[in-house]
Amino acid sequence: MAEATGIKEIIKPENLVYKKTKIMTDNVLSYCPGCGHGTTHRILAEIIDEEGLQSQTIGICPVGCSVLLYNFLDIDWQEAAHGRAPALATAVKRLLPDRFVFTYQGDGDLAAIGTAETIHACNRGENILIIFINNGIYGMTGGQMAPTTLPGMKSSTSPYGRDVKLMGNPLKMTDIVATLPGTYYVTRQSVHTPANVRKTKKAMKKAVQYQKLNKGTCFVEIVSNCPSNWKMTPVESNKWMEENMLPYYPLGDLKVPAEETTQKTINPEKND
Amino acid sequence: MEKELRLMKGNEAVAEAAIRAGADGYFGYPITPQSEILEYLMQANPYTTTGMVVLQAESEVAAINMVYGGAACGKKVMTSSSSPGISLKQEGITYIAGAELPCLIVNVVRGGPGLGTIQPAQSDYFQAVKGGGHGDYHLIVLAPASVQEMADFVDLSFELAFKYRNPVMMLSDGAIGQMMEKVWLSPQKERSKTVPEWATTGKPTTRERNIITSLDLDPNAQESFNKKLIDKYNEIREKEVRFEEFQCEDAEYLFVAYGTSARVCQKAVQLCRAAGIKAGLIRPITLFPFPSKRINELADKMKLILSVEMSAGQMVEDVMLSVNGKVPVYHFGRMGGIVTAPDEVVEFLKSKIIGG
Repeated sequence: MAEATGIKEIIKPENLVYKKTKIMTDNVLSYCPGCGHGTTHRILAEIIDEEGLQSQTIGICPVGCSVLLYNFLDIDWQEAAHGRAPALATAVKRLLPDRFVFTYQGDGDLAAIGTAETIHACNRGENILIIFINNGIYGMTGGQMAPTTLPGMKSSTSPYGRDVKLMGNPLKMTDIVATLPGTYYVTRQSVHTPANVRKTKKAMKKAVQYQKLNKGTCFVEIVSNCPSNWKMTPVESNKWMEENMLPYYPLGDLKVPAEETTQKTINPEKND
Repeated sequence: MEKELRLMKGNEAVAEAAIRAGADGYFGYPITPQSEILEYLMQANPYTTTGMVVLQAESEVAAINMVYGGAACGKKVMTSSSSPGISLKQEGITYIAGAELPCLIVNVVRGGPGLGTIQPAQSDYFQAVKGGGHGDYHLIVLAPASVQEMADFVDLSFELAFKYRNPVMMLSDGAIGQMMEKVWLSPQKERSKTVPEWATTGKPTTRERNIITSLDLDPNAQESFNKKLIDKYNEIREKEVRFEEFQCEDAEYLFVAYGTSARVCQKAVQLCRAAGIKAGLIRPITLFPFPSKRINELADKMKLILSVEMSAGQMVEDVMLSVNGKVPVYHFGRMGGIVTAPDEVVEFLKSKIIGG
């Protein structure tokens, strides 16, 4: 009893440092412990809230681990077929040009089965935001090789490690879309440390704000982990990611808008 | 505003009718023999007049998924293609059916399988009527038999699609798509400003969030949904059957044919009558729902029934199910892109009369 009273005394508005974002629903996340999806959802929810975009937003869910994403953010959602999210988003944005439209896709969805939809949406410069979670594996189906699986990396369909001679090389989709004239802002981030979470939020916020300019596709890759299918603890997986994924998929902006001034004006945020 | 008379190709009539029906969006990909639909719309540039979005997609797969996205916003959207392209769209079509979204898909059928031929055929009946994609679902399928109906059925398709929240397919063929006839075009309708309550347009504080999905991981919930779809399809079977009869009153021999074959059979009926054979024709206008009840009634007065279709015999299975063994049912039709000639139909009927 004494303990409970103690907690009650601590729970005061002036002590509050963290709380559930309004846009997150009360549904329990369906992700494994330590997975980067939850963190990324939270960042997205915070930005939609802070930008006051709830009533303007249409999100497109992928097929993959985040197939149930529509349960977690309190906005309007469409569930796409595997890989087709950018096609849905294209139509939504063209028919409702004043809305904020984004897709949220994994590496299998975006860089394998949805390669054509991704590249062509970016090439047309659709005024949408594409959020790309790259953990180098098919998570939901149980750890098969993804287009982004690293050379030598083991998966259930590359049990001896990815042999690039037989299975091809990991596809750097973000690098590819950065070369297309249709993209406006292309960046690669991660959410495996508090510092990176802050950087990702800053980058994603920029991307969301750039959407309002209607100057082309914004593309945010998040290099992430998959403790369950990498068969590691969350901490080990983050370390492995840093040592193996990040050298292949280096973090940072791949394409920034030419108008530096615009960038400064619309992004006065000073965090990190 | 009065109707306007024009001389047009079937494909052009679809395109013009879509603009006039107040469609919000068309997403397509070129394929013979229906490319005129996309070309006409690009030329007409309706975005500058009605605000209708027209976009050439990177593939049929992308186009049908754009239709999904647009339909999920409650918009009047459509796509068109021909047989091989429609095969590619099947994934999107089953998701659209599963998400209960309204839309129009036009199939200007060519011969198959595979790349087949670019000439007209009616060999996609099973695909259109029985499913095509995976899972238990039905499209509402309309079969235009003239350029006039290519135009008229666009508006009807949208009406049915929104009434039942169900995708509608216009099952045409290369002959009707390519031939020119005079067509009365309806006056321009305004694009609808009504937003259906289920549409994803951004969640205001006044309602719960809308989710458009075909996914339900709970087997009991999924089964309930399947049952709900069955109820919907039964209601459609009850209320939306459309057909046309031609000289059936005193007929002893009945042709069943849709689209181009129905035009051919109309002539065949005349040739039969001139030769003293009392033939009649029933033309299903809706292929799903199929006019089973009417064909069953007509079977009582017939000596035999001949299903005529430019295929190896697909609709004939539904005719047989409708007739339910009352009288013999045969199939006749050319394939490979060859349009059946009326005298071939008459000769086949004669051979069955003598044979029978």
